[in-house]
Amino acid sequence: MNFALTDEQVLLREAARGALSRFKTIEAAREALEDPSALPDLWPTVVEAGWPGLLIDEEHGGAGLGAFDALLVAEECGRVLAAVPVLGLLPASAILGAAGDQTLPAIAAGELRPAYVPARPPHDLESAWTVDARSGLKRPPAPRATVSGDGVTLEGEVAFVPDAPGAELLVAVAVTDDGSPVAVAVEASDAGLAVEPVMRYDATRSLGHVTFSGAQGRLLDVDAGALADAWYLAQALIAGESIGAVETCLRVSVEYAKERFTFGRAIGSYQAIKHELTEVLRQLENARGLQYYAGWARESKPDEFALAASAARSTAGHALDFAARSMINVHGGIGATWEHDAPLFFRRAQLSRRLLGGTGDATDRVAERTLSAVA
Amino acid sequence: MDLNDTPEQAKYRAEARAWLEANMEQAPPRAGSYEDDDYVNARRTWQRRLAEAGLAAVTWPVEVGGRGLGPIEQVTVSQEISRAGVPGILDVIGIGMLGPCLIAHGSDEQKSRYLGPMLHGDEVWCQMFSEPGAGSDLAAVQTRARQAEDGTWTLNGQKVWTTNAQFASFGLLLARTDPDVPKHKGLTMFIVPMDAAGVTVRGLRQISGEAEFNEVFFDDVVLDADAVVGGVGNGWGTALTVLMFERLTIGFGSEGFGSPARLAETIVADPVARQDPEIRARLGHVISELLAVRFNGYRALTMLSRGQIPGPEAGLAKVTMVNAAIEATDLGADVVGPDALEADSEWSYLISFLPGLKSAGGTEQILRNTIGERVLGLPPEPRLDKGVPFSELRAKEKEAVTR
Repeated sequence: MNFALTDEQVLLREAARGALSRFKTIEAAREALEDPSALPDLWPTVVEAGWPGLLIDEEHGGAGLGAFDALLVAEECGRVLAAVPVLGLLPASAILGAAGDQTLPAIAAGELRPAYVPARPPHDLESAWTVDARSGLKRPPAPRATVSGDGVTLEGEVAFVPDAPGAELLVAVAVTDDGSPVAVAVEASDAGLAVEPVMRYDATRSLGHVTFSGAQGRLLDVDAGALADAWYLAQALIAGESIGAVETCLRVSVEYAKERFTFGRAIGSYQAIKHELTEVLRQLENARGLQYYAGWARESKPDEFALAASAARSTAGHALDFAARSMINVHGGIGATWEHDAPLFFRRAQLSRRLLGGTGDATDRVAERTLSAVA
Repeated sequence: MDLNDTPEQAKYRAEARAWLEANMEQAPPRAGSYEDDDYVNARRTWQRRLAEAGLAAVTWPVEVGGRGLGPIEQVTVSQEISRAGVPGILDVIGIGMLGPCLIAHGSDEQKSRYLGPMLHGDEVWCQMFSEPGAGSDLAAVQTRARQAEDGTWTLNGQKVWTTNAQFASFGLLLARTDPDVPKHKGLTMFIVPMDAAGVTVRGLRQISGEAEFNEVFFDDVVLDADAVVGGVGNGWGTALTVLMFERLTIGFGSEGFGSPARLAETIVADPVARQDPEIRARLGHVISELLAVRFNGYRALTMLSRGQIPGPEAGLAKVTMVNAAIEATDLGADVVGPDALEADSEWSYLISFLPGLKSAGGTEQILRNTIGERVLGLPPEPRLDKGVPFSELRAKEKEAVTR
């Protein structure tokens, strides 16, 4: 029994924190709401840190690390709202890695940036692979793939794809006529591909609506398991980012609760405040336990990865919702203004809970995995 | 990151498993009534057998009859006992909490007199700390012990929530020996023979109608001078040792409240429930909470095995576990309907039991105070009792509410 970070993992986390601390990412998150060019270019730092090749094996030029390490990096990005494309990059590299694709060395070297175009795996009440919609709860089917040899023609749209704008290679999950899922690599320059950049409420998140109109791509040699794995990896990564953000919300709120006095007492001495912040800590610790579970399961218990990643997403998502609102409440009126950082974390929470199926969908997946295990 | 046993742990597990497989035929059923003498006696005998096999006091030092092993081996034994489908030791409170306190604070005479019979189930122990007027604020106990010229003590007062008092031989009791000093200072810990003249045990019926707890009354109970544990006036420090072991015992013994598998089976058996979005959302949430408790338990166990004592944040696991168990039983019962409340339903026992568990081992509010102050470093609530002699406290409290 050893359920703790290794020394290498502690170092990886410290290095990530150190690399990101060179930028004023939180200030940039505020400025970018009005001027998107205010975001610092973090890509050279990401490449220098080796994150593009984090999950790529060493024979293809990567670091050969695991999901647990990726989640630590995501956590550090979330802690300071750094605009690092982990949600697009890492699941794409996982699919390409499973395929042993020729692009891996260039990706690991940071010369080619891929983005994952996600599709949600089927479950007990939904037999199709589906994607996020532009609006509403009805999930459209994944893009349609027509395969001929190694070539694939794609038709369809996927809304709100993280990190799609500016990516040089899109790794899309699509379905063939018989409903079976395939992974397809599409060059950004393809004439049948359109990526419409969109900004929604949180300027640190790069998003795009991806449209395939006869786009031509390469069929990747992976099975459906690798495509489901990418979806759950993205779920775990958004959990990791959320955990980092919750830590900041809690730290800032606790500091203020010790400094702000009313009726001759620090407000943190009142149970109303103390118990609310303890609740943030409780939810944070639960999310962290599940993050460990997800990181461990992907390597050691792959059958449980869907359950673990979904539980981590669900719990971390609720934790961030609660922590961001709590940060505003503890600070009083100032917490709801641009004078403070609290609204930036609130914006992060509001958008995160509605991406990649949404927090509620992850909760439903936990139920589905649990019910399917006994049925 | 590895949840597997080390080779030594695997060997210990195999040894425990082999013994349990060879002896499980002689085990009493896991569940039975503690009001039935035959059942309690069968559990005593089973505890003796576990103790002789080295499976009872796993973490006690070898000198006092334990195995001298760590918390991971303790968990290993619990897992194997659960796997074998047999009951564990009868006296969890004695072996898990009170014995370790005697080992830490007791005299050599006390250790050699009491630990052996405790370990073998010959003498069961109970914990007599809480009172009707002293729960969260435990140091407010009023049970009074007065020392006579000859060194003997006379005990008067009342304790409550006393599990196993109806068949216990001894109790560890926190009493006030000096009311004229601030309340934490005037306390002393005693060993009380439960058959002493003046001790009255009365069952306290809970929501379910069963009496698992007791009230214990003391009317001029006379104790020998050597009944004191840890020195006169040191009762608070001695009590804190027990509370620390209580936290470990509850923290690692509690995963089992409510069965996620039974909940899932109940929902799967009802096709409407299975597809109901609200039922699924509630299930997904409660399962996530229970999984979090399990994996945070592995984190805590890793810390413990490295010699780090889990801090007060372990109390958060208790808060999560109890609330998740409440949500899980409410959900299962909602699917079943009113029949879930019948006494013989698998849901009714927990439905009745869990509201009280919220207050056991520290109420949720007190745990949140402690964690807010000790883990987050938030300032304490103002209090009126600091530095005030216990005997003057009641007057001060009255003044505060009438002001």
